[in-house]
Amino acid sequence: MVDVTPGAIDGIAPAEIPEMDLYHPHSWWTKYVFSQDAKVIAIQYSGTAIAIGMVALVLSWLMRLQLGFPGTFDFITPEAYYQFITMHGMIMVIYLLTALFLGGFGNYLIPLMVGARDMVFPYANMLSYWIYLLAVLVLVASFFAPGGPTGAGWTLYPPQAIMTGTPGGQDFGIILMLVSLILFVIGFTMGGLNYVVTVLQARTRGMTLMRLPLTVWGIFTATVMALLAFPALLVACIMMLFDRLLGTSFFMPAIVELGTQLQTNGGSPILFQHLFWFFGHPEVYIVALPAFGIVSDLISTHARKNIFGYRMMVWAIVGIGALSFVVWAHHMYVSGMDPYFGFFFATTTLIIAVPTAIKVYNWILTLWRGDIHLTIPMLFALAFIVTFVNGGLTGLFLGNVVVDVPLSDTMFVVAHFHMVMGVAPITVIFGAIYHWYPKITGRMLNQALGQFHFWVTFVGAYLIFFPMHYVGLMGVPRRYSELGDMALMTDSAHDLNAFISIMAFIVGFAQLVFLFNLIWSIRHGKEAGSNPWRATTLEWQTEHTPPRHGNFGKELPIVYRWAYDYSVPGAKEDFIAQNDPGEYGISGEHA
Amino acid sequence: MTVIVVVLMVVFGIAGWWLSQQRLMSRPWLETGSVSAYPGTESGPMPMAKVGLGVFLAVVGCLFALFTSAYSMRMEYADWSSMPVPPLLWINTGILLLSSVALQCALMAARNGHTDLVRLGLVTGGLTSIAFLIGQVVVWRELEATGYFLTANPANSFFYLITGMHGLHILGGLGGLARTSARAWNGTTPQAKLTLSVELCAMYWHFLLVVWLALFIVLAGWAESFIGICRQLLT
Repeated sequence: MVDVTPGAIDGIAPAEIPEMDLYHPHSWWTKYVFSQDAKVIAIQYSGTAIAIGMVALVLSWLMRLQLGFPGTFDFITPEAYYQFITMHGMIMVIYLLTALFLGGFGNYLIPLMVGARDMVFPYANMLSYWIYLLAVLVLVASFFAPGGPTGAGWTLYPPQAIMTGTPGGQDFGIILMLVSLILFVIGFTMGGLNYVVTVLQARTRGMTLMRLPLTVWGIFTATVMALLAFPALLVACIMMLFDRLLGTSFFMPAIVELGTQLQTNGGSPILFQHLFWFFGHPEVYIVALPAFGIVSDLISTHARKNIFGYRMMVWAIVGIGALSFVVWAHHMYVSGMDPYFGFFFATTTLIIAVPTAIKVYNWILTLWRGDIHLTIPMLFALAFIVTFVNGGLTGLFLGNVVVDVPLSDTMFVVAHFHMVMGVAPITVIFGAIYHWYPKITGRMLNQALGQFHFWVTFVGAYLIFFPMHYVGLMGVPRRYSELGDMALMTDSAHDLNAFISIMAFIVGFAQLVFLFNLIWSIRHGKEAGSNPWRATTLEWQTEHTPPRHGNFGKELPIVYRWAYDYSVPGAKEDFIAQNDPGEYGISGEHA
Repeated sequence: MTVIVVVLMVVFGIAGWWLSQQRLMSRPWLETGSVSAYPGTESGPMPMAKVGLGVFLAVVGCLFALFTSAYSMRMEYADWSSMPVPPLLWINTGILLLSSVALQCALMAARNGHTDLVRLGLVTGGLTSIAFLIGQVVVWRELEATGYFLTANPANSFFYLITGMHGLHILGGLGGLARTSARAWNGTTPQAKLTLSVELCAMYWHFLLVVWLALFIVLAGWAESFIGICRQLLT
């Protein structure tokens, strides 16, 4: 291993890096609406994602009203309930989480963190957002279409997804859903190419891959995975659209519906499940990897300590990314597959827990004897670690065939994936917003409101989802709008359901406080300065806050060190910026 | 899902090979200072558009691999009855091969600075591609005329779907080709930029040709007999 002598810095003129031909906007329209600046696109992506996410939040309230107080609300028919769960799931997974992590944080942070002036294909980047917006509008349109949105469940399993008995199955609901997903994939591919090529080709001088902040590693790997996994969703959607509109039999078996034989014949619903989960499982990590990356940076910055085991963290991210493509069938244990096939996928599922566990240990060891500042981003990062461990442990249960079979399709599964894929990534999103908001707006978010938001969200989420595990273990099935007087629904289960619903309302309202804080602080927040968290990465070293188009001043920064030089013994301050040539060569305890 | 897993292995192999050049074993916390001590770890010299196209082709490759996977899984069900290979497909394949060759000639001419030949190559490539698309539509109409309707059998459905998707990609490529041609005609484009532009077109066409050959082999059912022979050899 070659070590560089401290201080041996041969100054290389940054002019060697070709200036990108930046398209500088001239009018209000091209500056704020049809902007090609990644930072504006990021805010457009985030705003749209949060707006549609609020719709999904309201849908979850409606679902909880029905589950907590069955029979009380006449307007929630079983059909409406199915529509609520379907749209809630689809919006949250794809249109909120994926769009916010990759389109929002990816666009804002990648160019700034790698020291680039913008994304490498700004025009395609702009198109990516507008196609995403179109996808969202098509999705919203299905609420107003005759028959309403599809109620097929977020997995859209055929044959039921396109049959008469399912809401939207023979109306416009399912068609608009599929078209919206197809648009989303096309739009995402345009953005995704940008994120990948920017990391590959537009890193500033000195920014080697091993000097990238883990946030960039997480978003980069997740984007590569998304580029390879989303085609599976595209193929599934196109084929189902053919089945629905043209009467082909890709997925549709011979079916007698309401006494009439449908013209379809011999198709395979299992084929759809394979395609769907080939996308669906990597999707879990497409959401989780950016969260992993961001949380590493939050913990390191707010504990004033370098990240423990940076190399392991990078390897784990890449390893998880690759492994997540060979575990998809663990979602299909109850589809009647060959038991040996299931055994193979149970094994790969358990193997993927190894790199994930490495990451958790490294986070904890980063905290160990750190100078922990319990700022709001840090609180959310800690909440993430706890929640991800909790959700991950139930994942180990469900990853095993013999345990999964009885628990399949119960509320236990719902509780599991909400912990691991809902609450965990959302806490990171909140932490990241509190962390980077000062850079985006130049002002801090209000502390008191932030504390309120954190504690209500964190405690509330546990009060929602811990009881839900218990309800699931009692055998309460998911996807049932009402259970009536079934023997398994004891009084305690009813009471728990009502309790969960009340908590869901409280947690939901706390998010409104957060939204208020987001808007109020733009004008009234405390002035942040350029680097309020005293962080090392490049986005905090920009000339202007918020950064202008082109991100950095006249010259791009040159990088001299990795992203985690916190509390270096002998240094003037407790952090050394990545572009600080400095004289202290070796940092940290590893030397 | 074997096909997509194999294609992914290839993609991961390339990615892994590239990552292995990036000093992933280094200890960045010890390596403060200028980067010039580590050649090859910075952003490469390859043009961004070329890297971008390369990544995009990986995505397109996955897309067709997934269609092929679905095809081979659906094939195992009882109602499958294979389609005959329309002879016209051979001619179409030849035409697509021609357009790929034409674009390769355009690329070589661009590298040598023969602008006239570049224009000739681009036009030939474009026209032969359009001829290919027309040929595919004729194949569709012939099949329909002989009773191989879209919904009659899953084999037919897949044939129309897969050839249609491939045609759409050619159509998209024609958009890029039109832009390149516009550059070739207005004399103001710098030579290097034009060469890159032609190179991207050629790359895309070669890739779609390879994809088409693979799809042709699958759709014509030779892949099946090939796998059959492999199985026999193994057992």
